[in-house]
Amino acid sequence: MSGVPGSVWPVTSLETTGTTAASLTAASGDPAANPWLSWDYVQRNWGDISRALEQHAGLTVQAVLIACAIAVPLGMLAHLRPRLAAPIVGTSSVLYTIPSLALFTVLVPWTGIGRTPVLIGLVVYALLVLVRNVLVGLGGVDESVRDAARGLGYGRLRMLLTVELPNAVPAIIAGVRLATVTTVALVTVGVVVGYGGLGQLMFRGFRNNKYHAEILTATLLCLALALVLDLLLWLIGRAVTPWARRGREA
Amino acid sequence: MDVLQEAFAWLNDPLNWTGRDGVLALGAEHLRISALAVLLAALLALPLGVWLGHRRRGGVVTVVAANTSRALPTFALLTIFASTGLFGATATVLAVAVFAVPPILSNTFTGLMEVDADVRNAARGVGMSGGRSLALVELPLALPLVGAGLRTATTQVLATVPLAALVGGSSLGSIIVQGMALQRYGQVVAGALLVAGLCLVVEGVLAAVQHALTPAPMRATTGRRRRRAAARTAADPAPQTVT
Repeated sequence: MSGVPGSVWPVTSLETTGTTAASLTAASGDPAANPWLSWDYVQRNWGDISRALEQHAGLTVQAVLIACAIAVPLGMLAHLRPRLAAPIVGTSSVLYTIPSLALFTVLVPWTGIGRTPVLIGLVVYALLVLVRNVLVGLGGVDESVRDAARGLGYGRLRMLLTVELPNAVPAIIAGVRLATVTTVALVTVGVVVGYGGLGQLMFRGFRNNKYHAEILTATLLCLALALVLDLLLWLIGRAVTPWARRGREA
Repeated sequence: MDVLQEAFAWLNDPLNWTGRDGVLALGAEHLRISALAVLLAALLALPLGVWLGHRRRGGVVTVVAANTSRALPTFALLTIFASTGLFGATATVLAVAVFAVPPILSNTFTGLMEVDADVRNAARGVGMSGGRSLALVELPLALPLVGAGLRTATTQVLATVPLAALVGGSSLGSIIVQGMALQRYGQVVAGALLVAGLCLVVEGVLAAVQHALTPAPMRATTGRRRRRAAARTAADPAPQTVT
């Protein structure tokens, strides 16, 4: 591995367990010996793959949960105080423009390499998507519904919590789905600080003489993970908004 | 903070700016790759979006393209292209262009779809053919959204290109990656500032250009149309993918 730029790379547990199979297969130089899809690779390296997948999924779920915990109150605040909406959305838009490579690495001097900078970066990126959707959801509540609540004597806060927020759930779930899919893809950039989940496998495959099977397996698993999480969230969204289905059937 | 001082010291060293791997050369390469990628994506996405939008169908295509590109990690595609034997800039341009297609495509498509049916009918009513109506009526009305799509794509490409540094491409991202490898965190922070600065500056310049190019009477309309579009596609408020 010497001579490759970045050979003094931050070493992680995933890096140190380099596959001998990879170097052997790729080193033979025969193009047929370096297929893009190889079940053999998956079987031989299942331990590594599942560890990377676990890291990837764990990081995604944690980042989205933290972002939700921040974004929902922030969105509600911006909805109650419209004057705050522009600065909140503006600030998160500027943060969103900063490339992930820059954001992940710029935190390193203060956080060290590893999980923390990636997690912070992911939360920041998920925030914008979520805050925007919370605002769109709360703003999109039917004016007549609001009038009815006001007519029933609901106060501002009670209306927000018991009328507007439930009505905004579909938009919020849509935002969570979008943020989750984006986050799954973004985790891979974590390789730059040595904590990239499946991205770690892609990067190792690239450095191990372009071990195709390792790169493509990790890519397909990324897509599958995004799909599965998206499906799960869709099911959750259906479960928590039973009225939406009943309305359509009626 | 110590690291910040190191970063400014790095930025202040003229040796880091000149030469083959200096900031200026890397920045130029960064811009060249980005321009090529946007151009390539626009060549594919603009005609396709115009055609689909004019025919008023193909919404599924644009949605599928947008969703797939969101789930597919940019880093994965960069790695795949870089390991197929395409070296350096070619692999980067191709991989990044793939991700620039969806924003241009969906904005062009939406722009043409949003042209008022009455306006289209009026164009037909005064005897315009489909092509003439497209060129003289629909396209001019769709231009603000088409421009917004190109702007989104450009910003996204500029933010994606640094990732190529991880798999051997050269751009401003190389400064960060090299700094990480050598554990020179001052250089890392300096590179991150340069990359983020480039993206923010270009985004600001493009916003100003778009504002200047939009005829004054259309400015208000654009804002309203974009808000309406945003409200309608609540499921999809952020057209760009982070990279």
